[in-house]
Amino acid sequence: MYEPRDEDAVASVIRDAANASKSLSIQGGASRRGLGHDVAGAPVSLTGLSGITLYEPGALTLVVRAGTPLKEIKAALAEEGQMLPFEPPCWAAILGNGAHAESTIGGVVATNASGPRRIHSGACRDSLIGVRFVDGAGRILKNGGRVMKNVTGYDLVKLMCGTHGTLGVLTEVSFKLLPKPESQATVSLTGLDNQQAVAAMSAALGSPYNVSGAAHVPSASDGQSRTCLRLEGLAQSVSYRAAELMRQLDPFGSPQLDTDVDAVSREWQSMGAADALATESGRDIWRISVKPTDGPRVAAALEGATVFFDWGGGLVWAAVDAGTDVRSRLAGIDGHATLFKADTDNRQRLGVFHPEDPAIARYSQRLKQEFDPSNILNRGRMG
Amino acid sequence: MEMPVPSGQIIARKSAILDRFLKVLPAEAVISEPAETRVYECDALSAYRCPPMAAVLPSSTEEVAAILRICHEEGVPVVPRGSGTSLAGGALPTADAVILGVSKLADVLETDYDNRYIRVQTGRTNLSVTGAVEQDDFFYAPDPSSQLACAIAGNIAMNSGGAHCLKYGVTTNNLLGVTMVTMAGEIIELGGAHLDAPGYDWLGVICGSEGQLGVVTEATLRILRKPEGARPVLIGYDSNETAGACVADIIRAGVLPVAIEFMDRPCIEACEAFAHAGYPQVEALLIVEVEGSEAEIQEQLSRIIEIANKHQPAELRESSSEEESALIWKGRKSAFGAMGQISDYICLDGTIPVSALPETLRRIGELSNQYGLKVANVFHAGDGNMHPLILFDANKPGDLEICEALGAEILKLCVEVGGCLSGEHGVGVEKRDLMTAQYTDDDLDIQMQVKDVLDPQWLLNPAKVFPLASSASRREATTRDTAARSDSASAAA
Repeated sequence: MYEPRDEDAVASVIRDAANASKSLSIQGGASRRGLGHDVAGAPVSLTGLSGITLYEPGALTLVVRAGTPLKEIKAALAEEGQMLPFEPPCWAAILGNGAHAESTIGGVVATNASGPRRIHSGACRDSLIGVRFVDGAGRILKNGGRVMKNVTGYDLVKLMCGTHGTLGVLTEVSFKLLPKPESQATVSLTGLDNQQAVAAMSAALGSPYNVSGAAHVPSASDGQSRTCLRLEGLAQSVSYRAAELMRQLDPFGSPQLDTDVDAVSREWQSMGAADALATESGRDIWRISVKPTDGPRVAAALEGATVFFDWGGGLVWAAVDAGTDVRSRLAGIDGHATLFKADTDNRQRLGVFHPEDPAIARYSQRLKQEFDPSNILNRGRMG
Repeated sequence: MEMPVPSGQIIARKSAILDRFLKVLPAEAVISEPAETRVYECDALSAYRCPPMAAVLPSSTEEVAAILRICHEEGVPVVPRGSGTSLAGGALPTADAVILGVSKLADVLETDYDNRYIRVQTGRTNLSVTGAVEQDDFFYAPDPSSQLACAIAGNIAMNSGGAHCLKYGVTTNNLLGVTMVTMAGEIIELGGAHLDAPGYDWLGVICGSEGQLGVVTEATLRILRKPEGARPVLIGYDSNETAGACVADIIRAGVLPVAIEFMDRPCIEACEAFAHAGYPQVEALLIVEVEGSEAEIQEQLSRIIEIANKHQPAELRESSSEEESALIWKGRKSAFGAMGQISDYICLDGTIPVSALPETLRRIGELSNQYGLKVANVFHAGDGNMHPLILFDANKPGDLEICEALGAEILKLCVEVGGCLSGEHGVGVEKRDLMTAQYTDDDLDIQMQVKDVLDPQWLLNPAKVFPLASSASRREATTRDTAARSDSASAAA
């Protein structure tokens, strides 16, 4: 295992590997192990590149080394009443990597991991404003910076986000931040079917009340369905919007209000982590992105699956019998399906990532060649 | 400012190339008379002009593809153009280039309120996207100052921002999908009404690529429900430092206004003389706007005013009516026009970390004295996006050159304090040769390698974004190819 302590050391590991055509397997805290195809290669751990480089609360910006534990970042931001806008979810449990696996910020960026607030404040890629990385030739490169408006040259910041370490090894990342809301509340409805739930969520998201989370659990702990809408912000504002939203949702049932900050925050953390499917052992887990009103169609096409909806219905998490070819069942519905968790054989057979359009796949392949000419970085991770 | 020498071989084949265009486009969509190509000789960076060899105005994605296929085969450079409002020279042609204008592609293709998106052709103007949904109380958030005229195609090319991006983000954060034609004439779809991409985030790199990677003909854009109301407050301070400190404190306090605009004295005076907005005579003026219901507006404003008062403002004026709000914004929104009344100017758009605001303003003042040209500052303070306006006299020989030299120094200063050359206008030709101040050769090379993938012959808007010296080997390889092709064509003839 290589454990470089700084960016130069990362570059030298990669240059040596490129010269020897030896493939490398890049890892952070291993909390997302199993997401993507298995990679053969000498492991390189980035946990040695740790620590906050620059934090300016007055400018809402953070620069941090890629191997820094997410927990450490959250704590530093909380001290200033700030947060990462995209609510990075913890997937260690659902991926079966143990609750103690420590997510690093580099892993969050490499997987573009975004939680329920994605529909309101954007994905990880939208908050990411700068990257430093080492490409497959061992060049140390940067793009973007530490300011939130930057159109100087191509936006490789977004490109690097979600590439699962296949285009370069991230060494430092910068984010724009948001103030942590001083108040949070969940307005919920019970007993709605999927169709009604998505209609209610669409109504809420189309309202002027700044809904920052919209999820639907078809079978909650009491056996009934639960549809949740989150409001965040200044205290008076949240209570005003909650009252208005409840009035608007009245036709869908009897909206309930939960204002216990701890409970609300725990519930949405659990939505991001897809805890609703955590007990589905032995089944494959899929993460499917469609336009919200297609959510119920996805569920209908996957009869027998345990599903749960985030992002107003647009993100469908589904647990299905191992080996089910979900993509063929969803033919005709625009979007993409990721085989989030399955054994190696089924990942190999079905493919983890949704196949790209052939023209785009060709360009992606050429791009990989430009960034990693010896094909040594996480070879085969994305299929 | 230097542009590549136009290829005589291409210009010599002009009529053969036009004949091919006329096989795929109606005659009125192919413009080649010198009197008419003049219209396309520049964009809003009007100091630089050069009429193109021809301009074409296709009416469909298929026509765009047909034109690009021809240009690809003929080795003709193509400069895509939206409404021509680029302040960076993004749509400046060369004499051997074809301007591909998307102005005829202006339709709304689909509106979906349940899923909160609109799909439009990209020649549509920014403001008319909102215009298509505002009767139902929705809007499209990015609002560049030129929104009345600028096209979505240009917004995507430059990743345009606006005054309200502190809350709503810039174009890339509101763009869900595109239909794009590559230089080879291949039509590809990226993204759509759903979120995120299955593989690499091509959409993210297309947005802001200044028309160098493809021609975007259709876009799926996120639309949002309009807030119940909005209200600005006007805060004046006796120094730029105090105003800067107030901005940082507001941001830090956890209130996130939709906009924080900053004007310095030279700008305030010009705006006041032009728009009579009733601005106080102070050193620095902030316009802070918040949104929401009446109660929410009150709650946010009271916190902002409390913070502002700690810094002892010379003036603090809360709008109490729609008319007063409009007046407060009128001054700010007419800033560029007001400046245009008193002088020629160039407008920069470097971004700096908000914390470096006082230092940057002080050093801009020093540079202004050193170069002997006035600089007025108006900018989006919440996100650090500066807009220094350098005043000069276009009729005075040498003044433009001094102005550009001062501009370059100011932009280098922005980079030095931790910022960047361009926050929302793009690089174009204007800042092309300054790119080495922000990026190493390797940093630039990896970006050019992305263009190598999508446009290996470097035919799309080739002389932009990268310093000419950096892109020379790539561009010249194409010129050699073209020459070889033209030789073999004449040999065959």
